[in-house]
Amino acid sequence: MLRLTDVAKRYANGYLALSGISLGVGRGDILALVGGSGCGKSTLLRLVSGLDQPTGGLVELDGSPVTGPRPDIAVVFQEPRLMPWLKIADNVAFGLTGVRRAEKYQLVADALERVGLTRFATALPRQLSGGMAQRVALARALVTRPKVLLLDEPFSALDALTRADLQDHLVDVWSGYPPEERPTLVLVTHDIDEALVLADRVVVLAGNPGRVHVEEAVILSRQGRRDDERLPALRTRLLEALRAAQRAGQDARREEPGPAPSPSFREQPA
Amino acid sequence: MASVERTDPAPSAPAVTGNVLSRLRQGGLADLAVGLVVPVTLLLAWEVAGRAGWISTKLLPAPSTVLAAIATLVESGELWTHVWATLWRVLVGFGLGVAAGTAIGALTGYSTLARRLLDPTIQALRNIPSIAWVPLFILWFGIFETSKVLLIAVGVFFPVYLNLASAIHDVDRKLVEVARVYRYNGWQMVTRVLLPAALPTYVIGLRSGLGLGWMFVVAAEIMGASEGLGYLLVDGQMSGRTPVILGSITLFAILGKMTDLALARATAPLAAWQDGFKGKG
Ligand SMILES: Nc1ncnc2c1ncn2[C@@H]1O[C@H](COP(=O)(O)OP(=O)(O)OP(=O)(O)O)[C@@H](O)[C@H]1O
Ligand SMILES: [Mg+2]
Repeated sequence: MLRLTDVAKRYANGYLALSGISLGVGRGDILALVGGSGCGKSTLLRLVSGLDQPTGGLVELDGSPVTGPRPDIAVVFQEPRLMPWLKIADNVAFGLTGVRRAEKYQLVADALERVGLTRFATALPRQLSGGMAQRVALARALVTRPKVLLLDEPFSALDALTRADLQDHLVDVWSGYPPEERPTLVLVTHDIDEALVLADRVVVLAGNPGRVHVEEAVILSRQGRRDDERLPALRTRLLEALRAAQRAGQDARREEPGPAPSPSFREQPA
Repeated sequence: MASVERTDPAPSAPAVTGNVLSRLRQGGLADLAVGLVVPVTLLLAWEVAGRAGWISTKLLPAPSTVLAAIATLVESGELWTHVWATLWRVLVGFGLGVAAGTAIGALTGYSTLARRLLDPTIQALRNIPSIAWVPLFILWFGIFETSKVLLIAVGVFFPVYLNLASAIHDVDRKLVEVARVYRYNGWQMVTRVLLPAALPTYVIGLRSGLGLGWMFVVAAEIMGASEGLGYLLVDGQMSGRTPVILGSITLFAILGKMTDLALARATAPLAAWQDGFKGKG
């Protein structure tokens, strides 16, 4: 179980990106984090991955605090971030340090098969399309058998068709594991449809600093979810929640005492 | 890095198929032919001008005369002594310079502390002209091989160091972050991410280092040597034998080109993954 308790992050320059974030994600659940640009989604994910440290509160996985990158937490970034000089199989094996050769071979073959890229084991990253490269990144993250997989807008750089393909693919790969071995997924996205198609639960983050504004359970079956007739209503409700949250955030900003960071600075991507 | 054997027949993607070797060989020969057009034309024009008496053969002997001078040196067996002496100095100096440049370049590229500590000094030393070192090196290391080889090593060091350090420093932060997610330690980070990513630029450093090595060997040999192509240059000047001077210059050109070609060939696989423009047409 992944648990965040009253987590806050203030960057070295004094900017408070997150405050008072409390969340729990059950083992094998899929949680989607949505929110407007700059509300701290990536920041939150970096705290959970251990790449950054919270300045307040606690991030725990199965009762032990996350103080740095750890083997049971894997990340898929917005870009594939493959090593351009390594063959696809070696890219997948990138995180398998200290694993014996024979075992490594088996794990990589298995991971490549899960993402359907066995044929490309010996290709170089430059020979792959964006969608394929992102699948390799997914294989690289899954091959270490993490308990938690963090995905930061993993499909946002892809065209709509490829994105829908990969969303289905992600669910397929995830359901391909026996239920007790399924990794917990935390997916950051600004695409509400993506959140609804993939997640068991959607959390809307908004404001300055970012806070949890709405939590919505998605109680639709995974099968044929895209065509479920309850989906549009859910989407409308979430969209409204997101707008309300953003408005609230803006009001809070206007009333914020003291010197606020300049708007142009807020626009800066992480 | 441990390579994982592939599980399937080759990728069906734009993989390399067909007879690569023969295609490469054809390409190499065509390139060679194109590269020879300009020098051959110039040599012919020069020969004709010399024979027709349009230029003074005393100051600028015709190519055939230069060739004859080289042939004489070959016959007397002298040439090999000189070529070997020079080549040996360049290769040993190159090896030392590359070793030092790689070690220190990797260190300052990786460690901010090492860079802040060492880089300013190295940058200052870099601006000292090569010839300026010669008297000092002769005083320190004597007039024999040590001073010459070290002088060459100094010349090789700087481009290797500069290219490697800046390439490592510029490695994509995002790739480094992936390695951090997998808790790579400093050594793994350097050997599995930073150095491979820096290799293409490093190779450029190696090649300019070799070029400087050839420049420095001339400086070293002109200042005092009893053998070597640089000595041959000076000897030709002292004895007024212009063909010998031109002959040594020609040999420098040939040897420099050959060693560069060998280095380029040897290092080509290191940068093969680059997805570059590679020239048009
Ligand atoms: N290293 C940093 N130092 C200072 N401020 C930062 C840093 N990284 C991010 N920020 C700020 O923190 C805020 C949240 O950034 P973050 O990248 O988490 O947003 P986001 O929700 O992921 O946005 P997007 O949807 O555009 O990716 C932004 O205002 C950003 O400018
Ligand atoms: Mg982000």
